[in-house]
Amino acid sequence: MSTRVPVTATINNEDVTFLCEPRQSLLEVLREELGLTGAKEGCNNGNCGACAVIMNGALVNSCLVLGVEAHGATITTIEGIAPREGLHPLQQKFIEHAALQCGVCTPGFIVAARALLDKNPNPTEHEVRFWLAGNLCRCTGYDKIVRAVLDAAATLRAQAASAAGDEVQ
Amino acid sequence: MTVLEQERIQTQSTSKTFRVIGRRVPRPDGVDKVTGRAQYGADVKLSGMLYGKVLRSPHAHARIVSIDTREAEALPGVKAVITGKDFKPAEDRVERSGEGVVNYSYLSQNVMAQDKVLYHGHAVAAVAATNPHIAEEALARIKVEYEVLPPVLDVLEAMREDAPILLPNLRTRELGEPVSDRPTNIASHEQYARGDVERGFAEADVIVEREFRTSTVHQGYIEPQNATALWNADGFITVWTSTQAAWDERRELSEILHVPISNIRVIPMEIGGGFGGKLNVYLEPLAALLSLKAGHRPVKMWMQRDEVLKATGPTSASVIRVKVGARRDGVITAAQAWLAYEAGAFPGSPVGAGMGVIFAPYRLENLLIDGYDVVVNKPAAKPYRAPGGTNAAFASETVVDELAEKLGMDPIAFRRINAAKEGDRRADGPVYGRIGYIETLDAIANHPHYRSPLPAPSAPWCRVGRGVASGFWFNWDGKSSASAIVNPDGTVSYLEGSTDIGGTRASLAMQLAETLGIDYTDVRPMVGDTQTVGYNDATGGSRTTYGSGIAAYHLGKAIIRAMKERAARLWDVPAEDVDVDGDTYCYGERCITFKALCAKLEETGGPLSVSVSVDTHGAIPALATHVVDVEVDIETGKVSILRYTAAQDVGRAIHPDYVEGQIHGGVAQGIGWALNEEYVYDADGHLLNASLLDYRMPTALDLPMIETVLVEVPNPNHPFGVKGVGEVPIVPPAAAIANAIYRAIGVRMTTLPMKPSAILKALGTIP
Repeated sequence: MSTRVPVTATINNEDVTFLCEPRQSLLEVLREELGLTGAKEGCNNGNCGACAVIMNGALVNSCLVLGVEAHGATITTIEGIAPREGLHPLQQKFIEHAALQCGVCTPGFIVAARALLDKNPNPTEHEVRFWLAGNLCRCTGYDKIVRAVLDAAATLRAQAASAAGDEVQ
Repeated sequence: MTVLEQERIQTQSTSKTFRVIGRRVPRPDGVDKVTGRAQYGADVKLSGMLYGKVLRSPHAHARIVSIDTREAEALPGVKAVITGKDFKPAEDRVERSGEGVVNYSYLSQNVMAQDKVLYHGHAVAAVAATNPHIAEEALARIKVEYEVLPPVLDVLEAMREDAPILLPNLRTRELGEPVSDRPTNIASHEQYARGDVERGFAEADVIVEREFRTSTVHQGYIEPQNATALWNADGFITVWTSTQAAWDERRELSEILHVPISNIRVIPMEIGGGFGGKLNVYLEPLAALLSLKAGHRPVKMWMQRDEVLKATGPTSASVIRVKVGARRDGVITAAQAWLAYEAGAFPGSPVGAGMGVIFAPYRLENLLIDGYDVVVNKPAAKPYRAPGGTNAAFASETVVDELAEKLGMDPIAFRRINAAKEGDRRADGPVYGRIGYIETLDAIANHPHYRSPLPAPSAPWCRVGRGVASGFWFNWDGKSSASAIVNPDGTVSYLEGSTDIGGTRASLAMQLAETLGIDYTDVRPMVGDTQTVGYNDATGGSRTTYGSGIAAYHLGKAIIRAMKERAARLWDVPAEDVDVDGDTYCYGERCITFKALCAKLEETGGPLSVSVSVDTHGAIPALATHVVDVEVDIETGKVSILRYTAAQDVGRAIHPDYVEGQIHGGVAQGIGWALNEEYVYDADGHLLNASLLDYRMPTALDLPMIETVLVEVPNPNHPFGVKGVGEVPIVPPAAAIANAIYRAIGVRMTTLPMKPSAILKALGTIP
């Protein structure tokens, strides 16, 4: 048995402390220790993006991060994307556009798209495709996913414009 | 962004209006799936659960001399170790399973090797421990002594008389009969024949004959195989798993574990893709035996991606020879094909389906098709979306394109002359019902994509070309069951048994709502398991929206009959005199809505629930025609997809979004198969590219938007006109792309994948 190390992190706006073996990945900690099974294991070596989380503002594959590296970090998983009420526009648009079939890659896509829109609120179709090239989907051919992300970006821009308008008034 | 409007073409008889069908409603499981709360197989957690891992063969072909598990068992935290010796042999018996057949003896030997390993990655032992890392450490302590044997990795080499033999007891069956007592790798030879091909070729003005090769490819679902099993102290086994076929898996577990089916409950969890690769057991029997041996503790197992690629799926590599002749007026006079498909380690390649697909779009008087099922030292082939179809159509549709070119005819016009229609007999026997092949040809011929000029190349070293190809898929009938509870608030709880792999909760609930004349949101679908709902055949064969849709319709009709009785009781009138129109039940002037009648269940006889089971016999094949524009970089050999349009006869699109989704997904897989995907082996049979970095599936950046034309020629045998839609979209892409590449660079591609090095070889740039 290897030694277990105490780790403290902020996950989905909650302070979490857990014990973790140095060999455990962040993905394993999220899924097996913390019960956050929204991040999926598709390849466990960084090629499919199904386990994507946002860590200290950066999009990462949680299978390539060790659990102990999460110490002091701020992490958002798929479980932390939705606001208290309702869904995030990305989640809403994925449902509206039927941008999922089996749904197992969906959490990774939504987290990755959220990281994109945080940086670039008005991406082109090519920019969406480029950014999402680290997430594999085998069901949809990406067509409806790309449409959902572009539509969610438009919704978020409209919401931001409306909020800015409210402030001016 | 250019949002391309997805097109729908409806034949006159489909213009009938529906209340729910044809709308783009949100799927019932959408919120769970976008928030990460949906429970997939790997998300299962049970009290006292152990973790299982599998030790796999490092050799492609070897005899197992001995296995010593003592050091593994001694490791603290290890609770059970199993090897082939823990499996009682399963019967050498073939039964229908899913769309195909299964031999339980082979299946058992595939999930755990007995005396021989037959491919790199074949399971030889498994361990259950208190955590997955301990289980992995234990695997490293298992000592296996192998006597390495020469492998055979190519279908033609495996067919030679001096080839290494995989299965010493295998004998070739010729047209269903054993014909020789010689050990062989050729499991079977089948033949379809009609007319006289020699005479047909003699009548031809032009004949094209070519040989094609396709590589081994994988289904590539994103969720690896997984299973959690509890073999309880009372003898009952529960398995939570990712499966397309809960009832088939129950039977397979029964045969492998020698436990009656009534002692086994298979609970299908949410499934992360399958495409045919999750129709049979892999980890399920291992997890169950480990659970038994670990003192009835639940054991969870899931595969790593290299295990998925090495030991599950894939579909067959193949060698296909095609010869087709036609007269100057464009009529095909004879067609001949010879197909040899790799089955992997155990018999069962989809060569039979390939034989049925290869000339299916055409009306032929003279044909001869021979097919061979051949074992090689690769993982046992499993169905992959229109199994065997893509290989076959790559060959035949390339030859058809070349014939059209030689005759100076437009490729669509040439196909139209020979197109099969209702009443024509297929090579494999059945006579076509109301198929819509010609309608798909016309849809492409009239599409702005086909009528527009090719775009100019993006650089001087690039060439562009446009290609067309058609495809066929059988579509399966099968059996379905469903149950419903009618609630006092006017909603219907709907329990069905088809694994929802791509939105079928929605497409089935829509058909029930349509039948009942109620709102879609008033139907609450749930997927049951082998213990909670009646028998359902696999989610496969493009059957779910079709066949389980028929069950939903009959369930609705049974609810209507019961509700008429309730209305009759309410008014004290004969039930047969109650009329139903939509959601309204009337006796003369007296009327009551479905919802209001639900509120009166208590006073008209109490709770109401119904169940139905159906065995369907009205499936009609799917036909499709695709057009693609490609750009070939003649310096690097890279092929880019510029534009892609797929027209398909879908019968009736219940939920157009998910029909388009099936087409998008099938086309994307077909593009991957055409351009990049392949298993790469070294000479000793080691799989060299067992990762998703090196097994190169298309990413979002590799594809354009995929345009669809939903041609609706309704199926008269289905209450709403449905035809299966899921599989045929993968059939035409490889041929369409090959034909486009030819128009771009003037070279006929005859091998898959058409990767950069293959293009450069074809151009003579590299040797």
